[in-house]
Amino acid sequence: MTIRLSIHRIVLWTLLLVFALWFLAPLYVMLVTSLKDAEQLRAGNLLSLPTDPTLYAWFKAWGSACTGVQCEGLQPFFWNSVQMVVPAVLISTFIGALNGYVLSKWRFRGSELLFAFMLFGVFMPMQVVLLPMSQVLGWLGLASSIWGLILVHVLAGIPTTTLFFRNYYVGLPDELIKAAQLDGATFWQIFWLIVVPLSTPIIVVTLIWQFTNIWNDFLYGVVFSDSGSMPITVGLNNLANTSGVVKEYNVVMAAALIAALPTLIIYIVAGKFFLRGLTAGAVKG
Amino acid sequence: MFRTPQSKATVWLPKLVVAPSFFLSLLFIYGLMAWNGYLSFTASRILPNYEFIGLANYEALWVNERFHVAMRNLAVFGVLFIGGSMALGVLLAILLDQKIRAEGVLRTIYLYPMAISFIVTGTAWKWMLNPGMGLEHLMHQWGFETFSFGWLVDPQMAIYCVVIAGIWQCAGFVMALFLAALRGIDESIIKAAQVDGASLPRIYWSIILPSLGPVFFSTFIVVSHLAIKSFDLVMALTAGGPGFATDLPATFMYAHAFTRGQIGLGAASAMVMLAVVAAIVVPYLYSELRSKR
Amino acid sequence: MGALSIKQIHKSFNATTQVLKGIDLEIEKGEFLILVGPSGCGKSTLLSMIAGLDAPTSGRIFIGERDVTDLPSKDRDIAMVFQSYALYPNMTVARNIAFGLEIRKIPKAEREAAVQRVAQMLQIGHLLDRKPGQLSGGQRQRVAMGRALARDPVLFLFDEPLSNLDAKLRVEMRAEIKQLHLRTRTTTVYVTHDQVEAMTLGDRIAVMKDGLVQQFGTPAQIYRQPANRFVAEFIGSPAMNMVDATRVGDNLTAHGVALDLDAQQAQAVRRHAHSELVFGLRPENLSFAESGLPGTLTMIEPTGPESYATLDTAIGALTARVPGLLNAQVGERVFVRWDPSEAHLFDRHSGQRLAL
Repeated sequence: MTIRLSIHRIVLWTLLLVFALWFLAPLYVMLVTSLKDAEQLRAGNLLSLPTDPTLYAWFKAWGSACTGVQCEGLQPFFWNSVQMVVPAVLISTFIGALNGYVLSKWRFRGSELLFAFMLFGVFMPMQVVLLPMSQVLGWLGLASSIWGLILVHVLAGIPTTTLFFRNYYVGLPDELIKAAQLDGATFWQIFWLIVVPLSTPIIVVTLIWQFTNIWNDFLYGVVFSDSGSMPITVGLNNLANTSGVVKEYNVVMAAALIAALPTLIIYIVAGKFFLRGLTAGAVKG
Repeated sequence: MFRTPQSKATVWLPKLVVAPSFFLSLLFIYGLMAWNGYLSFTASRILPNYEFIGLANYEALWVNERFHVAMRNLAVFGVLFIGGSMALGVLLAILLDQKIRAEGVLRTIYLYPMAISFIVTGTAWKWMLNPGMGLEHLMHQWGFETFSFGWLVDPQMAIYCVVIAGIWQCAGFVMALFLAALRGIDESIIKAAQVDGASLPRIYWSIILPSLGPVFFSTFIVVSHLAIKSFDLVMALTAGGPGFATDLPATFMYAHAFTRGQIGLGAASAMVMLAVVAAIVVPYLYSELRSKR
Repeated sequence: MGALSIKQIHKSFNATTQVLKGIDLEIEKGEFLILVGPSGCGKSTLLSMIAGLDAPTSGRIFIGERDVTDLPSKDRDIAMVFQSYALYPNMTVARNIAFGLEIRKIPKAEREAAVQRVAQMLQIGHLLDRKPGQLSGGQRQRVAMGRALARDPVLFLFDEPLSNLDAKLRVEMRAEIKQLHLRTRTTTVYVTHDQVEAMTLGDRIAVMKDGLVQQFGTPAQIYRQPANRFVAEFIGSPAMNMVDATRVGDNLTAHGVALDLDAQQAQAVRRHAHSELVFGLRPENLSFAESGLPGTLTMIEPTGPESYATLDTAIGALTARVPGLLNAQVGERVFVRWDPSEAHLFDRHSGQRLAL
């Protein structure tokens, strides 16, 4: 019996480890490749460790690699992304909280129907709003600007953030709101003094989810920006596809890692909340 | 529910608070969608041109060879990506459900790909599957001289590279959802089955997995919608190439609307994408919301 | 006009569901009103309306001389203790208690005085800095009451506050609530489904069923003269024994056995329009004797101070309540007797009590 159990466990662990290696492989490859110079690239292979690790590729990716016409590395695009992500995340989260609060505790006739219609926005293929949205941004004078991107991300993010907060607030006892009403609290007092202090978990989940999605977005970035407002994902793609004489894969890998680092770090530090965001959004209706 | 005797302010205040964002959001979704629909019926090329031409764009799509490739790829990629992600995800979830000590670490490893951009994924896998420098080169260096892996530049096989990268990115997500669901199962049902003498695989197959029907369903919906939207991954990995062998409707739309000056055609392809998504998602949302009443 | 007047309250949620079908109640200042009934009878809905958390479809509510029907909760000068206590999880006990005063912009010094007063009354002074999550069920209940007391309102509302406590705690807290009422003499409306709470706490009880008040009276009135079969069976545990009986000639018989009636009852039975009746006897009215109605003991449930004995008789199964532990066995043949004047008579079809 113990022997069978052991074989069971050995198979189990082998499978788990094989998969773990497969999942880790690209990260490992990116890392080792980014630490090599051209010589080591040629001599080595995907998995070989750098014989003489160097940060050359990293510096180049950050400051001097060519992304099409410009050769300033990813640095300007990194900051574009930051400027875009921070307001977009904060605004969409705040609006989602307010909407969720009203939809769960202050329902009115038609509110559920409106919510249902908004929910489709979570699943809709964004291709269908790209063309009209470029027109609108043009009219608003926001075409190819970071504020244009922020606007798009906020509008596209409201259905998701509303969903998260509404589902969470539905779990807050209605009697809490009733008691506060009896105590004389107004709509806003209940929101700021009672509901928001109890929202810490969902606020964190929503912030992480929005940050990850907006930072990682490429579609809106590539359609609605120009070289001045381009986010880092677009910059990375350009860098990777710039046809130079010799493709410097070490630089490309370093650039990929730079682009991935912010969301990866957040994931490692607060992964639990990231997970909660995934399950909250997907499984709930 | 809260049809209470309230001061006038409290009656319209909640509505006022959500009105702007709801209005804008719904306008963004449905207003622009309708506009795009209209564009698809016009003769727009590089610039929007509101000359109505009926279904001409859709007819053009119907006979467009590249669009055919894109739709066929969507089917192939869709089935393999969804099937593969779900199969691997469920398998990983079941494996991790076996009370592994390192569960936390392993779960973090399986799920981290979801935290990075599809562009990063595409870029990394492009390098790894690079004929000449990537996997092939590695195998040669390890002694497998005859190994060749030219899938990435082979028009027939390139789409499978996209599948591999896609599964790598999303299997962890499926795993996370199923693991949560498995954890939610009542322990006593499993104990009852064990007392009845069922073996562990039997218990999974006959009792646990069937009871996860709803989770299968909703995960399928979410992964399907990811498949249909796949744009970033293809752009980074193959840019739709070689040629347009790995085109998907999303890349087709982008190419025609924004780089080839065929707005009308691009808009039409977007509407087709919408139709496919709606066909899957709308029944799902409808049934979910009804059951919540 | 009493301290609380409820006039012709109707409530429908849609065209087909009528939850309250015309409620009229009036209580005096300082009285403790109980709303009791089975789930779905409308008692909680009625309480929500008194509280202002829900609006009636028609009818008026008066607190004192004021018509509060259209006033929001915060303007009614009431306080409520919820079933789940609804304490604000992110605030300390002290802040929970003072919150209503805080909202009304009562100065800090007064708020603190109120908190101290309440804490002393309920003996929760040592809990003031804790958060609700750190309290036990009984402590939370006291804090919830404290929050209501701090406001010093004209009307207290309780919505099944003891349902979430275990049996022993429930008995203790019941006594505390009663003592509190004796001290503060605030008019109170208390909703419960537990008839023991109703009887022990109430000055007046409104027994509700299907959206109507079945009977409104003092505990004594309700117990001794239940207005209909439902009230008779609902109040009192074990429930009243109900025997289908028929008027035959001048007598009342059940399953062939003649039931003795006193003069008043006999007259009422004779005068009554229908001959199909129900004969009711409370378990404590039955006693074991040397002679009387024969029966076989089928079950004995000793509770300590008394025992409930169920027996099979010619007129059906009866449950008797006798003091102490019963000196008999299941299966034994016994005789049971009762005083006819203690019996209750109801019309079998309408359930209404026969007018005596």
